Amino acid sequence: MKFRAFLISTALTAVTISYGTLAHAADVKEVQMLHWWTSGGEAAALDVIKQAVAKQGYAWKDVPVAGGGGGAAMTTLKANVAAGNPPTASQILGYYALEYAEQGSLADISNLADKEGWDKLIPAALQKFAKTNGKWGAVPVNIHSVNWIWLNKAVMEKIGGTEPKNFDEFVALLDKAKKAGVVPLALGGQPWQEATMFDSIVASTGGTEFYKKAFVDLDEGALKSDTMKKAFDNLAKLRDYVDPNYTGRDWNLATAMVIKGDALVQVMGDWAKGEFAAAHKEAGKDFLCYRFPGTDGSVFYNSDMFAFFKVPADRQAAQLALAEVTISPEVQSAFNVIKGSVPARLDVSDAAFDICGKKGIADVKTANAKGTFFGSLAQNYAQPPAIATAYYDVVTKFMHGGIKTSDIAVTELVKSINAAK
Amino acid sequence: MTEREAATAMARRKLGPSLRGWFQDWLPRLVLAPSFLLVLVFVYGFNLWTLFLSFTSSKAFPTTNLIGFTNYLRLWNWTFETDPPSNWYTALVNMGLFGGLYIFFCLFLGLLLAILLDQKIRGEGILRPIYLYPLALSFIVTGTAWKLFLDPRIGLENALHDWGWTSFHFDWVVDPKMMIYCVAIAGIWQSSGFVMAMFLAGLRGVDGEILKAAQIDGASTYQTYRRIVIPIIRPVFFSALIVLAHMAIKSYDLVLSVTGKNPGGAAELPSTFMYSYTFTRNQMAIGSASAVIMLMTIAAIMVPYIYSETREQNR
Repeated sequence: MKFRAFLISTALTAVTISYGTLAHAADVKEVQMLHWWTSGGEAAALDVIKQAVAKQGYAWKDVPVAGGGGGAAMTTLKANVAAGNPPTASQILGYYALEYAEQGSLADISNLADKEGWDKLIPAALQKFAKTNGKWGAVPVNIHSVNWIWLNKAVMEKIGGTEPKNFDEFVALLDKAKKAGVVPLALGGQPWQEATMFDSIVASTGGTEFYKKAFVDLDEGALKSDTMKKAFDNLAKLRDYVDPNYTGRDWNLATAMVIKGDALVQVMGDWAKGEFAAAHKEAGKDFLCYRFPGTDGSVFYNSDMFAFFKVPADRQAAQLALAEVTISPEVQSAFNVIKGSVPARLDVSDAAFDICGKKGIADVKTANAKGTFFGSLAQNYAQPPAIATAYYDVVTKFMHGGIKTSDIAVTELVKSINAAK
Repeated sequence: MTEREAATAMARRKLGPSLRGWFQDWLPRLVLAPSFLLVLVFVYGFNLWTLFLSFTSSKAFPTTNLIGFTNYLRLWNWTFETDPPSNWYTALVNMGLFGGLYIFFCLFLGLLLAILLDQKIRGEGILRPIYLYPLALSFIVTGTAWKLFLDPRIGLENALHDWGWTSFHFDWVVDPKMMIYCVAIAGIWQSSGFVMAMFLAGLRGVDGEILKAAQIDGASTYQTYRRIVIPIIRPVFFSALIVLAHMAIKSYDLVLSVTGKNPGGAAELPSTFMYSYTFTRNQMAIGSASAVIMLMTIAAIMVPYIYSETREQNR
C-alpha cells in the first residue's frame, strides 16, 4: 500500500516538473527545412532556394541532419512527425514521401498545383510520389539520373580511348586503362554504390524493358532469368577493374580519384558532377560524361523532393511560398546548375547548363516521351526501401564474395525480395 | 514495526503536522521523482513497447496489427541460413567472434598488465593512467583512430611501404572476412586498461600476510599468483566478465567507425542489425524482435549474476 502511494506521488511530481518544457511555439514567418544537403556543392545549391524564400519575406531555419543517403535525416524526421512537431518542409525521397502520405501526415497544396498546372509540367512518373489520391503533398526539386559514367579526359587521351557504345567496348576501355597503369574503375564499396552501378548494368545487359519487368514489376521470371545471371556475370567482370582498397570508400572519394586522374572512370549518378564543379573542372574539357554504355536514351532517375507536412493554419503561408519558389523556372534552373541534376519541370531552358546538363535535360525529355523513364531501384524510386535494401544485400554479398556464383545470386535475389515484401 | 519506522513515527509525533514534517516526508520523493519516472518510461516502458512491436507487422511506422511469432520465426530461420549467410547469421557469428576475442584478450591483457604493474615498480603512478587512458575516449574516437591507422592507403601499410618494406601487407580493415578482427583489436585496445585497473584493485586487496607465508614456504612468484592470488581475486574476473560481455553486445559505434559504416554487412553485429532493420530498412517489427533477443541475451548473463550477488549478501 505504502509502495503504491509512493509510486503515484512520484509520478505526479515528475509530471508537474516536466510539464511546461513541452510547449513549443513555431514562428509563422519562418520556413523550417529539414534536409541532408551538407556537402559544399549541395549547400551552395540549397542557398539558391534560401535566397528566393528570403525575397518572399520568410526567414529560413535550417534543420540539417548530416549523412550521405539521408538515413539519419529520415530517422529524425520520423521522430519529429511522430511527436507532432513536423518541420515546414523536409527533403525526402520517393517512397518515404508515400509513407507519410498514406499516414495522412502530408499537407494538401493542390490549390497551388492546380493554379500553376503542375500536372502538365512535371513528368507523370514523379507525380506518383508527389501526389497521393489526387492531392499534392510534395514538390520535386530536381531529377537525378543514375546511369552516367564520368571519365577523366586527360587519362582518356593518354590511353587513346573512345566513347564506349556497349558493355564489351566498356570492358575493352577498362582493359586499356589497366595496361596503362591507372586504376580503371573508381568505386566505393558501399552497398548503395554497388547497387547503383548494378542498376545500370542490368539495364545495359537486358535493356530497358527487362529492367522494368525485373525491378519495377518484380517479375519473378525476369529476376531469375539468364539475363539477370548475365548481369551478375558482368558485375563480376567490372569487379576485376576496381582497386583492392575500395571497401567502404565514400562516393565522393571515388569521384576525387577520377578528378585527380588516379582513376579513369566512375559509374555514378549525376550528383558526381557537383564534385567536379566544386574542383573547378569543366565538362567536356577536363572530364567527360556518357550514359552507361548500352543505356543511352533511357533515364533511371531519382528525385529530391520537398514534402510538406500538416501544420497549423498560420504556418501554411510559409509552406506555399516555399513550394511556389521551389518550382519556379528561375530557381529550378539556378539550383540544378549547381547541384548537377536537371530541372523537375520539363519547360525550363537549358541555356545555363553545361554539356552534361544539356544532354541530361534532353534525355529526360525523350525518355519521358518514349516511356523509358524509370525509377532507380538502388535509389528507392522503383520499390519501397525494404525491397531496395534486400536488393543491396544480394548485390553487395556477390560483390564481396559472400555469394559465389550468379546462379546462387539470382536465387538469393528472389528469396531476399520475397522476404522483404 | 522496524526500528527506523519507529524512530520516524516518534519524530513525527514530536513535530506534529508542521511544514518540516511534510518536507521530511516529501523531499525524498520530490528528489527521486524525475529520475524514477524517466527510468520507468524510457527503460521499462520502452522495453515493453519494443516487445509489443516485435509481435506486430510494423514497417516504417509502428502499427498495432498483431501477427504473433512471425518475426521471431523469420529470425530463427535466418539463424541457420549459412550459404550465402543471412545478415542475422553473420551478426550472430560475428558476435561470437568479436565477443569471444574481446572478452578473452581484455581479461588476459588486463590481468597481465595488472600483475606486471603490481611488482612494486618505479613510476607506477605514471604508467597506470597511461594504460587506463584509452577508456576516456569514446568508442567512436577509438574506432576512427584505428580506422585511420589500419587503412592500407594511409595507415600502417602505407607508412611501412614508404620506409622501404614494400612486401608488407596488412589490409584486414578492407577485407570483408577479416574486418571483424579489426573491430576486436580496437575494442581490446580500448578496454584492457580498464580491466587492468579492476584487477590491480583486486591485487592490492590481497592480504600481504598470505603472500609472505607463501614466500616463506618457498613458492615461486608464478606459483604464488597461479595458486593463491588469482583464486583470491576470482570475483574480479566475474565483474570484469559482466562489464565486458554487455559492452560487447551493445557495441555499435565501434563497428561503424572502424569499418566505415559496415560495408557489405561483413561486420554486422546484432546491434547494427537491429538499427538498420528498424530505422533504415523500414522493417521495424523484425528490428524489434532482434532487440528483444539481445535483451534476453543480456538478461541471461545478468540474472544469474544478480542472483549470485544477492545470495552472497544474504549469507
